[in-house]
Amino acid sequence: MRLFEYMGKQLFIDFGIRVPRGMVCDTPKTAAQIAQRLGGPVMIKAQVLSGKRGKGGGIRLADGPKESKLAAEQLLQSTVQGFPVELLLIEEKLAIGQELYLSLIVDGVSKKPVLIASAQGGMDIENVPEEQIIRQPIDVELGLPTFLARDIVRRLKIVPSSPCGKALTQVVTALYRLFTAIDAELVEINPLAICGDTVYAADAKITVDDASLYRHAHIPTVSELTLGEQEASKLGLSYVDLDGEIGVMANGAGITMATLDMITYFGSKPANFLDIGGGANQEATRKGLELVLAKQPKAVLVNIFGGITRCDEVAQAIVGIRRQYGKSIPMVVRLAGTNQDAGRAILEKEAGIEVFDLMQTAAQRAVELAG
Amino acid sequence: MSILIDEQTSVLVQGITGNQGRFHTQQMLAYGTNVVAGVTPGRCGMEVEGVPVFDTVRAATEEYSIDASVLFTPAAAVKDAALEAMEAGIRTLVIITEHVPVHDCLEIMAYADRIGATIIGPNTYGIVSPGRCKIGIAPSSIFLPGSVGVVARSGTLSYEIVGNLTASGVGQSTVVGIGGDRVVGQSFIDILRLFEADSATSVVVLIGEIGGSAEEEAAPYITQMTKPVVAYIAGQSAPPGKRMGHAGAIIERGRGTYHHKRRALEEAGVRVAELPSQVTGIVQTELSMLHADPFYGLIWSFSRPQQ
Repeated sequence: MRLFEYMGKQLFIDFGIRVPRGMVCDTPKTAAQIAQRLGGPVMIKAQVLSGKRGKGGGIRLADGPKESKLAAEQLLQSTVQGFPVELLLIEEKLAIGQELYLSLIVDGVSKKPVLIASAQGGMDIENVPEEQIIRQPIDVELGLPTFLARDIVRRLKIVPSSPCGKALTQVVTALYRLFTAIDAELVEINPLAICGDTVYAADAKITVDDASLYRHAHIPTVSELTLGEQEASKLGLSYVDLDGEIGVMANGAGITMATLDMITYFGSKPANFLDIGGGANQEATRKGLELVLAKQPKAVLVNIFGGITRCDEVAQAIVGIRRQYGKSIPMVVRLAGTNQDAGRAILEKEAGIEVFDLMQTAAQRAVELAG
Repeated sequence: MSILIDEQTSVLVQGITGNQGRFHTQQMLAYGTNVVAGVTPGRCGMEVEGVPVFDTVRAATEEYSIDASVLFTPAAAVKDAALEAMEAGIRTLVIITEHVPVHDCLEIMAYADRIGATIIGPNTYGIVSPGRCKIGIAPSSIFLPGSVGVVARSGTLSYEIVGNLTASGVGQSTVVGIGGDRVVGQSFIDILRLFEADSATSVVVLIGEIGGSAEEEAAPYITQMTKPVVAYIAGQSAPPGKRMGHAGAIIERGRGTYHHKRRALEEAGVRVAELPSQVTGIVQTELSMLHADPFYGLIWSFSRPQQ
């Protein structure tokens, strides 16, 4: 789950990382009041979960309350990279001397957290040459102690014992404490702004591990899903809207992707991606099918390979939905694995649904029916 | 021979009294797996399918010699259960559970690396050496003993491809699910190395998917392998996955897409199937080329068929 910048900055404050003075608002009037209180030029930053916010026009510089009100008005009516702007962060404008880059990420290859730092921060970190990027894998049993933080500061070409170096060292250790405390997949500060002897996190990008949210009740929920996707997520299903004509439901992310690939290969397009999970039961199947049918696709392809999932349970659920929704949308089912014969019998006898053993023939048939 | 497990492997089931633990203990026993004990805190003295249940792993290892443990423990308890098994001396762990917090995985993997334990998963269906031993939740009926090694990230996609192989009479030496999460115990390379060294394996099937860089990481190793590798990668037409901010882009440097993975594997000499159903045919071709080779089985390092 990604957090908005202002939420990330609140967490930074909690962990002792300095951020520019500022407040959030959702009306131009309050934007002006905040600018008045801050005094001087301010940054007006759209709170959206898009990476390229600066380039997308989501950040404005304003001189005083009047200009702030105008900029806020415009921003609140705009979208940034497709995201509507509903909230603004108004901040003091910093007099930045140098911009650094600093992040911690969970790296699947080394199976460790990796600290990434560069003396070349700012907007285009992707374009910083490889040799200017520091990558420090972290041993979780050791953590990120002060001596390691000091050495990272040294490698950033800043004297660790200088006032600025000391402040930076503290930011590095604090960022790791935050990273572990909130079960983050990513914490990123870009830019990390050096203003004289003081260091500010001028931006905050945080992704919290979804599987860990149960132990972080204090972290607010942020959703970046469409309505259908939110519905699915509440049910524990993984759903993405697409723009084709064949509704798809399968169990397991890999086989769902392969099902979409197959539909495309045979010349049609999937209307959605719906993975009801490797351990899908009757309830998940029923809810999943309702989601798929709600889009009124030209045909539906259900592809189930039973492992934990039992094919007869899935078949029961399909028959139930079929009774409820009628037969106007043709449906093709592929069943294999645990209890597949029982499942096939239920579908064929009770609902007259075509059942296939092979994924390929089922996909071909669905494309035929949709065409 | 097979890799990681065989008919001798004695298995502990952690979380044996839950629904999944119970059902799959029965399935594993029916397959012939040597399940010797189970653990669920507070359930000492019970039996599940005739298997004695203990409160702690140490209580089980005091009575039985245990080679491997399979975990059906709830996600929030996986870290403790995995560390408990390793601390008690078990060196092969299969973690079936999905949605394990990623920082818990980092700690599990760090400890495993330090003491030299092998972790399969989390979020995996486990390992099967057809006809010998099954640890995990894969449906027993789809496997056939043979000489094809299979390694995959995705569960149901493995079932799909292994099921096709079996239907055509092409058997498997060992089938390994490394797990679908960002942090898992074994990489493709770790498993490929084992297959390369396994005398019972002659062809390897690698089943990948978009996202991450596990397939790209494997490519340089594959160029050094003497055994042919056939691959399928899911997600050619799937919607783009979540990006992990700038840091994700830096870690992966443009890797992770279908085309990037496919190119990396093909450049390493891997034959990549367009559809899951094409894997069997390609494997059969590779097998017949191996058998037609007069040096087959004699000088491995010179007998790699040319495509």
